[in-house]
Amino acid sequence: MYNEKVMEVFRNPQHMGEVENYNAIGTVGNETCGDIMQITMRINEDDIIEDAKFKTFGCAAAVATSSTATGMIIGKSVDEALKLTNKEVVTELEGLPPQKIHCSVLAEDAIRVAIDDYRKRKNG
Amino acid sequence: MKSIYLDHAATTPLSEKAFEAMKPYFSDIFGNANSQHVYGRDAAKAVSDARQTIAECIGAKPSEIYFTSCGTEADNWAVKGIAAQLKDKGRHIITSVIEHPAIYTTCKQLEKYGYEVTYLPVDGEGFVSVESLEDAIRPDTILVSIMFANNEIGTIQPIKELCEVAHKHGVLFHTDAVQATGAIRYDVKDLGVDMLSMSAHKFYGPKGMGALYVRNGMRIEKLLTGGEQERAHRGGTTNVSGAVGMAVALKDAVDNIEKDAAYVGGLRDDFVNKVLARIDEIYYNGAKDTSRRLYNNANFSFRYIEGESILFSLDLAGISASSGSACSSGSLEPSRTLLSIGVPVGTAHGSIRFTFGKRNTSEDVDYTVDELVRTVEKLRAMSPLYKKQA
Ligand SMILES: Cc1ncc(COP(=O)(O)O)c(C=O)c1O
Repeated sequence: MYNEKVMEVFRNPQHMGEVENYNAIGTVGNETCGDIMQITMRINEDDIIEDAKFKTFGCAAAVATSSTATGMIIGKSVDEALKLTNKEVVTELEGLPPQKIHCSVLAEDAIRVAIDDYRKRKNG
Repeated sequence: MKSIYLDHAATTPLSEKAFEAMKPYFSDIFGNANSQHVYGRDAAKAVSDARQTIAECIGAKPSEIYFTSCGTEADNWAVKGIAAQLKDKGRHIITSVIEHPAIYTTCKQLEKYGYEVTYLPVDGEGFVSVESLEDAIRPDTILVSIMFANNEIGTIQPIKELCEVAHKHGVLFHTDAVQATGAIRYDVKDLGVDMLSMSAHKFYGPKGMGALYVRNGMRIEKLLTGGEQERAHRGGTTNVSGAVGMAVALKDAVDNIEKDAAYVGGLRDDFVNKVLARIDEIYYNGAKDTSRRLYNNANFSFRYIEGESILFSLDLAGISASSGSACSSGSLEPSRTLLSIGVPVGTAHGSIRFTFGKRNTSEDVDYTVDELVRTVEKLRAMSPLYKKQA
């Protein structure tokens, strides 16, 4: 069902865990739906994401997209990170089965919620 | 890489004996069992012998065995056949919430055509109570259909007692014995059931071959209208090799039932004990009393992690099991059976069924336990829901 790339990322996920002293956290999804993703980030004064890590409860596609999306935003500015779409994540993974596309939306949403959190902390 | 099959409730490999017995009936003895010449007679003889063997295995008469194309067809026929036969007597059917889709969705379909269906609840181990059945029976109830043994959690229902209650009220009783046949020794006359479904591929027989037992003296409307096959009860050219393979496999299963139960059940018990000893925060779903549970079945819910990713990790390690979660089919609904026994929705997502078979070994058990421990640790480390207990 999954391609080699997705299987490899699922087998060896990168950026897994929680960033120490994070200043942004986003959690989306719920247990009832069978998908939850949490992303934590440390963002510097120039709004650059220095580090990011994820934790995910979900299927192999949810884990693979979490890992890939998290890798794709490290080193980017928050504005750039907000532009990341689930399509780009799926492309990076060289495709997902159609019924698994909804899992990839999780990462996009989690990043948005985390950056909202960061902005609230900064301005709040 | 290792390759360990732990999904025998999904299907079993064809036994060597059944395979050998089937071989002549593809190309040498290929006749249509309904033809009036020697080719037909040879095929008819094979079908008749197979029917005889199957009848003996379950305590029935040959005239009470009807071959079908699978267990699903037998289930559809029993429910729809009685619904049509007795439509003027009543339109109420009773079944359980944990039936296989072959019964469950059939009942759902009948609801669209004006039938009313009561889905009896089950307790925390998956048992239907005799009292709840008695309470549900109405003057217009025409059929009770309750599965013999559950495919997900292995719970074995008190069929004889349930059947007695139905008969006390003059209601027909069908049981889906697809998982039970070949695994549990039973006699249809002792059980008292009016109809019973079975499927060959669950007991080391061929896929695409089933049978419906219909008690003599009962009338049931046809499901497949057509020719005069199966004593004019089921149209369609008989699957001769399938019938032969089914009979050989069933006889072999029934002859060795105690031996296989002891061996396979031993592997299962060892597996369950080791898993429970090494992994915390899990539920063992289904009946705790092993005498009331299919000997091949183990079903666990692992808290904080999701079933498909567990299954996929095991698959990468060469272990084939099955998920209680329907996520892989694109639906987000976890197993109806697990929810019915009270497993919380989130936890139900993290459920795996392991069903053992005759070819498994104790090395398979140990390897699977080790891989399962590793998988659960890895996925929990990744889970936002899991807080490691200090
Ligand atoms: C309890 C039960 N009923 C019915 C069926 C359907 O049998 P078949 O696959 O032969 O259609 C199955 C098999 O999946 C089953 O486990």
